[in-house]
Amino acid sequence: MGPVTQANSFYRNLYGWFDSWLPDSLDWLAYLLAALVVVFAVANLVLVITILFTWVERRLLGRFQARLGPNRWGPWGVLQPIADAIKLLSKEDIRPEGVDRWVFNIAPVLLFVPAVLVFAVIPLGKNTYVANLNIGILFIIAVSAVSTLAIFMAGWASGNRYSLFGAARGVAQLISYEVPMVLSVVGVILLAGSLSLVDLVEAQDIPFLLLQPLGFIIFFLASSAEMNRTPFDLVEAESEIVAGYLTEYSGMKFGLFQLAEFAAPFGASAIMATLFLKGWEGPVLPSHLWFFLKVCLLWFLFLWLRATLPRLRVDQIMGFAWKLLFPLGVLNIFVTAAEVLAWPDPSTAQLWTMAGINWGVAIGSLVVASRLAGNKLTSRPPLAPMHGKGGRPLGERG
Amino acid sequence: MLSLDMAFWTMAVVTVVSAAAVVLLKDVFRAALCLVLTFMVVAGLFVLLSAEFLAVVQVLIYAGAISILIIFAIMLTRDVHQGNPSNRFRYPALVLAALLLAAIVLVVIKTDWNQLDSRVLPGAPTEAVGATETGVKNVFSNTTPVIARLLLRDFVLPFEVASVLLLAAILGALALVREGEG
Repeated sequence: MGPVTQANSFYRNLYGWFDSWLPDSLDWLAYLLAALVVVFAVANLVLVITILFTWVERRLLGRFQARLGPNRWGPWGVLQPIADAIKLLSKEDIRPEGVDRWVFNIAPVLLFVPAVLVFAVIPLGKNTYVANLNIGILFIIAVSAVSTLAIFMAGWASGNRYSLFGAARGVAQLISYEVPMVLSVVGVILLAGSLSLVDLVEAQDIPFLLLQPLGFIIFFLASSAEMNRTPFDLVEAESEIVAGYLTEYSGMKFGLFQLAEFAAPFGASAIMATLFLKGWEGPVLPSHLWFFLKVCLLWFLFLWLRATLPRLRVDQIMGFAWKLLFPLGVLNIFVTAAEVLAWPDPSTAQLWTMAGINWGVAIGSLVVASRLAGNKLTSRPPLAPMHGKGGRPLGERG
Repeated sequence: MLSLDMAFWTMAVVTVVSAAAVVLLKDVFRAALCLVLTFMVVAGLFVLLSAEFLAVVQVLIYAGAISILIIFAIMLTRDVHQGNPSNRFRYPALVLAALLLAAIVLVVIKTDWNQLDSRVLPGAPTEAVGATETGVKNVFSNTTPVIARLLLRDFVLPFEVASVLLLAAILGALALVREGEG
């Protein structure tokens, strides 16, 4: 199977173990069993951590908003997620009339799968990954792109206008923010010269956060928008369109959407820890713990952003992606490419020079861009004239 | 390699069935979703051929972008709930599809798949040579640099012309949309 199963990976060892006690003719069964065990382990690890973090997130949001948060069930309310899960599972599964049944049922699954699937290529510690694909980061981008489709399927199949509005907003937003996100990753790839996440971690002599501050900021904001979290949660803005594409969902289907939504920041934090914070590497402590600590730090940043900022308007969100993040992403690629051309094999001193230049560029360009675009983004657009074609007021048509 | 065979046949059957469903389903939205499934499974077939880069790009561009475009087109179509009415283009379309199939089959049969030349494998002689086992392993252990070298060095002119063409298409679309405003 080539690069998919490389030496030292958990999957490889497990396959070898199964293969040793199965006869040669059952080769495929060893593949299948090893795959099932690994998928089960990784998916459940992700889910358990996600569920724990929903509790942390709700408690912290409570602190941010000067209230208590869930605190009844178990010590400090730790068991709250379990109570929620039981509630969701035992709820009636309502399917409104006029929904497209197949599409309606598949959509939550299709949104949930990519959220877990990205963990297939992320190294969770030294030598701990399911697969070290040599196109790892592209795999993550491609898999996340599928969730756009799932949101649209949910909105369309519901047969409800609010759902469709939410889905249309979601698709526009996800497509727009994918562009700056991919652009911000290009800088990292240029520096490391590889697409594999394991190589990306090993290529970081100093963390890429120091070399790619602009890329880090763009990736952070763009992935925050990709997850539809609060400053960017127009997709399910409850004050405008009920709950967007989730309006018609109930029971565990709703639960799957929520799980995918809470697993997304975990995925994004893990990707950012790998790309910008040296992944699992760190002194003294074991590699898995280092990785987990970095993920927690980034997760807290996402939460902080969510708790602090109010929701943006549709035109502000689109303008932010295309007029601010997109040009900054292109600038970042040009600067990084020039540096990589100038120092193809940088020494430590050159790396620190590079970091200095990039921080200067990042701060300078952010100040200039916010001066140029800031006013346009925050001011209200002029109200559309109440006239139809030909200058007649709309009411007097016909 | 029984496991590879099983994977191949499963995916082959799903590809054909979902591709047929794209044409046969009356509901346009479901037909578009079946098209996405076809794209995905074809990406799986690319993985079996050790062409991971191609597989991921297939998912990214076709399942992630083109399908969204198609779905937006469906959303903006009037009377989409009436389904997919048949029209008189059925037979011309059949002829065109048959011609396309013939062209593809011809290319598959005529191409000598056992060749690698210097463009694909650095250090190989300029004229095409028979593929050696190590050569194939070199290329297919990591296809990304090979594709990058081909696209950005040997075929850089067509590649750039294609991107200029796309830019022109975007500008054209913008011009068409903005016309009504003035």
